[in-house]
Amino acid sequence: MSNILNSLYNMGLLDDLARKKTFIHRIHPAIKLLTTIVYIIALTSFEKHEVSAVLPFVFYPVFIFSFAEIPVIPVLKRVLLVEPLIIGIGILNPLFDNYSVVLGDIAISRGWLTFLSILIKCSLAVTAGILLVATTGMDRLAFALRVLKIPRVFVLQLLLTYRYIWLLIEEALRMIQAYSMRAPGRKGIRISDLGSFLGQMLLRALDRAQRIYQAMNLRGFTGEYNAGKAPKIRFRDLVYLMAWSLFFVIARTYNIAVLIGVLFTGVGR
Amino acid sequence: MHMADALISPAVGGTMLAVTAGITAYSAKKVQNEMDESKIPLMGVMGAFVFAAQMINFSIPGTGSSGHLGGGMLLAILLGPHAGFLTMASILLIQALFFGDGGLLAYGCNVFNLGFYTCFVAYPFIYKKLVHKGINSRNIFMGSMISSVVGLQLGAFSVVIETLLSGKTELPFGQFLLFMQPIHLAIGVIEGLATAAVVTFIWKARPEILERTAIGETLRGVPIKKVIVGFAVAAVMVGGLLSWFASANPDGLEWSLERVAGTAELESSSSIHNVFSEIQNRIAFLPDYGFKTADEDSIEEQPVVETGNSWPSVDAGTSVSGIVGGAITLALAVILGWIIRVSKEKKSRAVA
Repeated sequence: MSNILNSLYNMGLLDDLARKKTFIHRIHPAIKLLTTIVYIIALTSFEKHEVSAVLPFVFYPVFIFSFAEIPVIPVLKRVLLVEPLIIGIGILNPLFDNYSVVLGDIAISRGWLTFLSILIKCSLAVTAGILLVATTGMDRLAFALRVLKIPRVFVLQLLLTYRYIWLLIEEALRMIQAYSMRAPGRKGIRISDLGSFLGQMLLRALDRAQRIYQAMNLRGFTGEYNAGKAPKIRFRDLVYLMAWSLFFVIARTYNIAVLIGVLFTGVGR
Repeated sequence: MHMADALISPAVGGTMLAVTAGITAYSAKKVQNEMDESKIPLMGVMGAFVFAAQMINFSIPGTGSSGHLGGGMLLAILLGPHAGFLTMASILLIQALFFGDGGLLAYGCNVFNLGFYTCFVAYPFIYKKLVHKGINSRNIFMGSMISSVVGLQLGAFSVVIETLLSGKTELPFGQFLLFMQPIHLAIGVIEGLATAAVVTFIWKARPEILERTAIGETLRGVPIKKVIVGFAVAAVMVGGLLSWFASANPDGLEWSLERVAGTAELESSSSIHNVFSEIQNRIAFLPDYGFKTADEDSIEEQPVVETGNSWPSVDAGTSVSGIVGGAITLALAVILGWIIRVSKEKKSRAVA
């Protein structure tokens, strides 16, 4: 139950953050979506053992965190929650790939390098995704999807789903509370009760959908979602996309970290 | 079963995104053309319902562990395949954006693995066939159970294929498959039980809900179109993957190289040489990089010695530069962020 509340809190937090008015927030939503996609593609295109060359990609989230005034701790917490899944798969790399690699004076298994690489890439990709929502918000993101020609039905339905998640999760919480008060000390819902538990919840949801549809009809719903004034893509939006893409391409092509390292240590000259 | 961005390559992720976009456009068109618009709020509420239902844990008898509903099959049964697919896609998008469960690049893979097989394979070919004979508890149970298991098995198999084609992990095909399929057999049985329980309850409480979708579907089922879409999807997949193999992408090369080096070391010296010259070209902007003093003579020798290894940049110099440079890069990033934040705070204080 606490993890359900956590999810609600997390969604609410991202919604609140998206209402800030920094220059990052004002960048056209479609541009931000594209920048994030370019970032993730550049990130995932690295060879699987690459570690040092990936590190300059940290600059992008740092830039967003700072300029968009996004609190770092709650976002990183969310990223950490995803990490166990990646660790679960990545941890097998050192088992299956134990060629040793010499790092300075220490010899380590090559699998650890690929594991580390996956871990860094995963953290950065997840952070970039969450930052996109935290600086854009669901409504403007849906608008971005429309700009990118995603079908209207899908976008409309996405927004409605997002909106009703709150209502239905609150309803689920009330039902769980009622159930647990009648069945103290039980972990989860008994499988024999599951049909009627979820079934009742579903029937309520269906009735709600019917009421919503009637209410929408009365207000003149024609199948179109009107999101208000549509922002235009301005010159500085394009500059933003171009500048980041250029940085990603350079950081992908040259190992900036090693270049800096060579500059400081003189090794490799 | 959500795949993460870090485990797939852009080629696989991009191909699957394109495939998913195609199925989404097709489903959206179907929904727009053939249904009354009252299904749109219904889809929204159903999406939110599955989202909430996924958070409700139930205890699995005899194991002490707990599970939850996935909902793909339930959506297909209650909304029909097209609306069900769109709804599943929107749930996965919200999960990817707000919770980082599966990333944006992996989004196509996840929608395909969790939405396509349930809505367009398991539902029409298994569930509908069984329940079509007549709605009763037994048919609902069998239909839900078999279609959930099959849907999840196909999805899990897809995960294995996509992961291996991406080449980001070292998992051998057989072992990964032996790991994934049995786990998803168990998950599929639980999903089947949960789906059957909910559908049976709905059928007993409000049979008209199920009959409505069942009738609507049988009247409009156009199997030929489905077959065509299936072929189109397969064509795009195969085309995308083949072009990726054919490209000079070092990722792909390395991947295939490792296959070769792992299984047929003796015959593969020429391809390994090609890869090494490729790698040397790539790092040529730092000439003699990493070989500082004594090893001058062995520079030419070194790659040949390590052929069985196929590890491109194993040398102390590069590693040292990498570690030092990496640390400095990170420090720079943190300092930069801190400076921006402090100066912003100062500015806002000055304004106030």
